[in-house]
Amino acid sequence: MIQAFLLQSGYNATLVTLGAMALGLATGAVGAFLFLRKRSLVPDAMAHATLPGVGLAFLVMVAFGGEGRFLPGLLLGAGVSSLLGLWVLQGLVRGTRLPEDAAIGIVLSTFYGAGIVLLTYIQGLGAGRQAGLEGFLLGSTAGMLREDVYLIAGGGVLVLAALFCLRRVLVMVAFDPGYARVLGVRPAWVDAALMALVLAVVLLGIRVVGAILVVALLITPAVAARMWTDRVGVMVLISAGIGGAAGFGGAAMSAAVPGLPTGAVIVALVFAGFVISAIFAPKRGLLGYLRRAA
Amino acid sequence: MTVALAFDHLSVLYGAVTAVDQVTAEIPMGAMTAIVGPNGAGKSTLLKAALGVVPKASGEARFFGTSLDEARAKVAYMPQRASVDWDFPIRVIDVVLMGMQRALGLLRPVRAADRAFAMDCLARVELTDFAKRQIGALSGGQQQRVFLARALAQRAQLYLLDEPFAGVDAKTEAAIVRVLQGLRDEGAAVVAVHHDLASVPVWFDRVLLLNRRLIAAGPVAAVFTPDALRETYGGALPPLQAA
Amino acid sequence: MGQDFVVLSLVPILIGVLAAVSCALPGNFLLLRRQAMMGDMMAHSVLPGLIMGFLLTGQVSGWVMFAGAGVAALISALMVEAVVRLARVDPGAAMGMTFTTMFASGVLLLELTGASGVHLDVEHALYGNLESLIWLDAQGWASLIDPVALAGLPPELAQLAVVAILLALLMWVFWRPLVMASFDAGHAAVLGLPVGAISLGVVASTALASVAAFTAVGSILTIAMLICPPATARLLTNRLGVQVVLSVVIAAICAVVGYGVAGFGPQWLGLPGAVSAAGMIAVTSGVLLGLAAAFGPHRKAG
Repeated sequence: MIQAFLLQSGYNATLVTLGAMALGLATGAVGAFLFLRKRSLVPDAMAHATLPGVGLAFLVMVAFGGEGRFLPGLLLGAGVSSLLGLWVLQGLVRGTRLPEDAAIGIVLSTFYGAGIVLLTYIQGLGAGRQAGLEGFLLGSTAGMLREDVYLIAGGGVLVLAALFCLRRVLVMVAFDPGYARVLGVRPAWVDAALMALVLAVVLLGIRVVGAILVVALLITPAVAARMWTDRVGVMVLISAGIGGAAGFGGAAMSAAVPGLPTGAVIVALVFAGFVISAIFAPKRGLLGYLRRAA
Repeated sequence: MTVALAFDHLSVLYGAVTAVDQVTAEIPMGAMTAIVGPNGAGKSTLLKAALGVVPKASGEARFFGTSLDEARAKVAYMPQRASVDWDFPIRVIDVVLMGMQRALGLLRPVRAADRAFAMDCLARVELTDFAKRQIGALSGGQQQRVFLARALAQRAQLYLLDEPFAGVDAKTEAAIVRVLQGLRDEGAAVVAVHHDLASVPVWFDRVLLLNRRLIAAGPVAAVFTPDALRETYGGALPPLQAA
Repeated sequence: MGQDFVVLSLVPILIGVLAAVSCALPGNFLLLRRQAMMGDMMAHSVLPGLIMGFLLTGQVSGWVMFAGAGVAALISALMVEAVVRLARVDPGAAMGMTFTTMFASGVLLLELTGASGVHLDVEHALYGNLESLIWLDAQGWASLIDPVALAGLPPELAQLAVVAILLALLMWVFWRPLVMASFDAGHAAVLGLPVGAISLGVVASTALASVAAFTAVGSILTIAMLICPPATARLLTNRLGVQVVLSVVIAAICAVVGYGVAGFGPQWLGLPGAVSAAGMIAVTSGVLLGLAAAFGPHRKAG
């Protein structure tokens, strides 16, 4: 396993590990802004809503004689159905008396149910066809092509670049949207941009970590980072760091120990990051609290 | 007299209720103008409608002769009660820097000169010692002053303040008055929605008497009379010192 | 509808209905108290508890796993409280963190301990295996009064029946305090109602329903049934009592229709195979909710 951590397990394993790290950096950073905007659970609905799109994209590609596992095609399907889920979510919140938490649960479970229906249908079509698709439930780095890794890593870098450009308005809209409006910044557009970035990392993440668990990468690093600092910029950096470390570590461990599900390991590592923060963070952690009490 | 802000038959409706009724008035540069009236008179609403925070039913507000979008760089706003999350991980100096967003844009890095200017704004509201504190660690009056510093950081020529003195202690009140008068002396237009009638003739140059519609507008000496006040407040007046 | 139906479909449909109803009952109060995410959390948290129960006792079904799942539900509720206080974050973020971590730990446990070979695997955790809960010992409608055949019923049926009846009874008995505490906890506390105990009761009922339903229909359908039928009913009426009754009826309809479409739908469309019953029931509940959201008489407040 040490070899895996030192990136000496072979070219492919190294590539996957670095790709997972880039993904972790991006999801950690996006998650920090979501946390500030108090919308941490929206990606839960969006991630679960990707599944029917993945299934449909698979069927469409197979119907056209393709392999059915072409990642960009699957992610396109995932993106469309995720946006549809987001649209339904907003429609429920604005158009009915249902509260947002109920709307999230509704979109999450019904879209996922539809995805399961499609998945079981595909399973019924013939053994082996669905193998790649199940990887979207819980993630897997096994069988990832080099191009897939480039896509994920490249996407992660693009997301980080976009966040860097938008960082000031994202913080302003999260902190005081009314004031932002008066300054000429439009909260609706900034929120839409944030949701687009969330969609991007969800799509990138479902392949590595799976749809169910990707939301952990968007929440836990931010919660952990909050405990270390009162400065927004530092919080975003720490959150990205925790995500990146978990991505790196999880992929490395998963490569070294076959059968270890990547997504679950990465989630376990970000949680470990939270526990460490809860204990050791100087201001809000347990140790800091005890020291002040003494 | 240069006009900073002109209301032209501005009306606002909340459902079927007329909150602001065809208000026409001018706010000049180089003066401190108070907007006074009873509760529910539409004072805050008037400002918010002019700024586009709430929708207008009819009429318009002209800023320096043009629309708000073209004049945004010259207009600063301090809202009534900042309804923010006081646990937000942000420091006092960062809130002030937010006021400089238009100048900074998306990508230009924050330079030493920018930081120095932000500290200068904090100095004017007497909060330099608190620059690096998280906003939740401040008292109510101090938080109010942070948001005033944010408005100052905009380097505007028109300052719209909604109840800047509400709920602050005497020391903070004195500090804020000093700042506002300083802005006026530099030539800016300062408009404040204000509730304390006794201080109007002491601090302000001009006044707008509002009770959904405009009762009177002009210099304090001319307009701030018992008759006009009676008409604005429609009955028993709060205790007043003799003008 | 002869012998085949009784052997293959009757019991799964009944179990589906009971699971749906068991979840819909406490779901009404989750919706009212804006705690819909709690259901999400319970359904995901159950997995590691079930596995621990299995690991500690070697038994695959029965009350042991039930207990394990209950403990896991309790741990996750405590964890959310701890995170909210320690990290000072909003409950939504705390819950999201908790349930994904619990679910991930369940998946890890499964893979690391090889429990995945035995009756438990992640897919079943997600969408159950309702279609497999058949009644092999039955020989036709007469078996309903044959004690020997009845002994061969899948245990999930009895478990869910007990849970459903228990929840209905509890709700009936404690109706007024429940409603008062959910509507205005402060006022209820002033009147002397044990608001904390009532909160705990709602959480415990949700946990009970989640655990019972989970073994049969998986976590996704559990979440769907905790939220969708009550939400659909909410859009159709302003009266809570009517809402609860409607939610039960809607839940039952979803279960029956969903199961039917899952089993026979592909055939009707000329396509091969059958699809997941649990998934289709969730979809059905979504469709009904969508109709209510578009046309329901009380879909907007006031």
